[in-house]
Amino acid sequence: MAAQSLSAQDLSVFVSHRDGGIASMELAVDGIRCAGCMQAIEKGLGREPAILGARVNLALKRVSVEWREALLRPEAVVEKLAALGFKAYPFVPERQEDGAAAEEKRLLRGVGVAGFAAMNIMLLSVSVWSGNSGDIDPATRDFFHWLSALIALPTAAYAGRPFFESALRALKAGAVNMDVPITIGVVLALAMSVAETWNHGHHAYFDGVVMLLFFLLIGRYLDQLMRRRTRDLAGNLAALKAETATRLGADGSWISVPIAAIAAGDQVLVRPGERVSVDGLVLTGRSELDQSLVTGETSPAAVGVGERVHAGTLNLTGALTVRVEAAGQGTLLDEIDRLMSQAVGSRSRYVRLSDRAARLYAPVVHTLSAATFLGWLLIGGADWPVALMIAVTVLIITCPCALGLAIPAVQVVAASALFRRRIMLKEGDALERLAEADIAVFDKTGTLTLPEPDILNPDALPSERRAEIGALAAASHHPLAQALSRALGSPSARTDVHEERGQGLSTTQHGEETRLGSVGFCGAEAEAVPVLAAHPGASLIAYRRGAYRTVLALGQKLRPEAQETLRALRAAGLEIAILSGDRPEAVAPIADELGVSFVRAGLLPGDKLELLDGMAAKGRKVLMVGDGLNDAPALAGAHVSISPVSATHLAQAAADIVFLGDGLKPVADALAIARKARRLMLENLWFAVLYNAVAVPIAMAGLATPLVAAAAMSGSSLVVTINALRARNSAAGPEASA
Amino acid sequence: MNIIVILFPLALGLGLIGLGAFFWCMRSGQFADLEGSAWRILQDDDEA
Repeated sequence: MAAQSLSAQDLSVFVSHRDGGIASMELAVDGIRCAGCMQAIEKGLGREPAILGARVNLALKRVSVEWREALLRPEAVVEKLAALGFKAYPFVPERQEDGAAAEEKRLLRGVGVAGFAAMNIMLLSVSVWSGNSGDIDPATRDFFHWLSALIALPTAAYAGRPFFESALRALKAGAVNMDVPITIGVVLALAMSVAETWNHGHHAYFDGVVMLLFFLLIGRYLDQLMRRRTRDLAGNLAALKAETATRLGADGSWISVPIAAIAAGDQVLVRPGERVSVDGLVLTGRSELDQSLVTGETSPAAVGVGERVHAGTLNLTGALTVRVEAAGQGTLLDEIDRLMSQAVGSRSRYVRLSDRAARLYAPVVHTLSAATFLGWLLIGGADWPVALMIAVTVLIITCPCALGLAIPAVQVVAASALFRRRIMLKEGDALERLAEADIAVFDKTGTLTLPEPDILNPDALPSERRAEIGALAAASHHPLAQALSRALGSPSARTDVHEERGQGLSTTQHGEETRLGSVGFCGAEAEAVPVLAAHPGASLIAYRRGAYRTVLALGQKLRPEAQETLRALRAAGLEIAILSGDRPEAVAPIADELGVSFVRAGLLPGDKLELLDGMAAKGRKVLMVGDGLNDAPALAGAHVSISPVSATHLAQAAADIVFLGDGLKPVADALAIARKARRLMLENLWFAVLYNAVAVPIAMAGLATPLVAAAAMSGSSLVVTINALRARNSAAGPEASA
Repeated sequence: MNIIVILFPLALGLGLIGLGAFFWCMRSGQFADLEGSAWRILQDDDEA
């Protein structure tokens, strides 16, 4: 639906200009699946002489295009892509992404430097270790140690900065995080190693420190990568929505532009049958608005000049000119706004698994290491430098690197497994929360059912009349007629029709009057009775030509895979509930078909949130699946939430996870992958505990040498990473076909 | 023993070259799209 309107759009806001008359634009492309698509796009655009370069980013499903500005309009780029078979949606990269990209680069540079240093110091350390058990010349050992210090100290100063800065921030705020023990450990270990080298000692921990930083930075980098990727995908989704508005141009013409190009103060035209895409005041016209998506109120509300309209409402009867007050985000209806701010609290209270582990880790490690120091000093009768050295060994060997890798590694692997099934994470900790869910709450309209109404009784529609009825329906702006025309493949509209507002359309064909509209308008009351009995809750649209009459029932069809998805969720131990804003008689057949007994209908947005809060108060972890504006507060307030990509902007912004495609199966897949990921995370954490239970007593006994520390550290990191890779082969069934 | 004087600078130098190469790869955006590069190598560019 967006593609045909895009061609008539003004896309200049998305273009960035460079010297020499070169313009460039970033586009999110729907349907890039494989290398073949990549090649098709790059080659296809490359054949156009005005286009200087096109490069596809397969990971992000984006293409950046450069062209000579004088020769090509940006709309032509979108048309070229459409001709190649790809729907493309331009967008402005957010500034926030740039900050995240800089942080990611900094971490990656740190990984490089620490990796280089770790390899070279290990080269020296292995010589010292083998020499220590042989007959190394003390002067050579000192030389090797000094050389190690020369590499390790600048490396720690450079690559350790992310940890030092974060630890300082935490201490300034009066808190302790994972980086505080790391910083203390790194600084103490380096200081002790320098002192040891100065005193011609046998053991220095330069290799251990640098390796620790190397592994920790990898964990940090994966975490950052995951966050940036989720943000990038969220940006793509926003662009894919491609909501447009019709704006009054400077020359008095109306032109269709993307929402992103609309600014406050612009004048926008809203035709009957269109959804209002901005918030603003009515300048001219009068109409009725269907606000059911926003408030749940089904009877239309009248609006006139000077009154306020809100994004998300449906314009029913007359054309309106609106002066924009807020575009894009929108000011929202006061009611939704109030509910949203009320809903967000519960989720921010969630403490990530890694933070919970860190809270336990820091005090335990510090206590153990202090006890070791005092124990050796007071009971063991050691000198204080010896006691301190052993205490520092404890700090190093408890090495949080397994902890630091345990969770990010699993998250990254699980997120890419989800991505291959066309499920996108928007929040990093959504996986953990999803794995805990024990009740799944579904919205009906647009979530359990497809967003577009479809013909429920196709046998009432003779195939020879399909084209004719479709062409008639396409001529009307009425939402029901529009839905019918889409269901019949969006044929081109007939022009010779007469529309009676609120009744239907009539035209004359081969001398016969033909009508499409309400049952009364077509005099098809007798035909309507059995149809209404078979499809309670459906909307009826009648057709009459001469003596022939038929009544079509338009209603919502279940999404594909709805049955098996609910079955899979039940098998996973989740209770299923339906909370709908729709009338009870429209919800009941769907609930019966799916075998759901926990059903509440006729709910306002506030009621949904209240019900969810009630469940949360009973200790239930609610998974909310919804798509409408009226679901947005519930999506924000639930323990975890999922939206289909067809959802309204606000609902999608409030959801943790968004899935593409018509089928509902991604919900069950996401749950299966999340559960598996959580299990692997816990396994990894338990492994770290087990490792420490073995290693710490050895270190406290003063038996740990740098060799033992190095072996333990890299060994535990490897085990944790390999375990994380198991999240790839998920139990969630086959991947979406390429 | 004297061989160390040659070998260590050599080892460090090689390592630094590797590090430099890594930074160069980062700057030229080779890590921006990890999936696409794997497929690009299979593309046949003769006709271009």
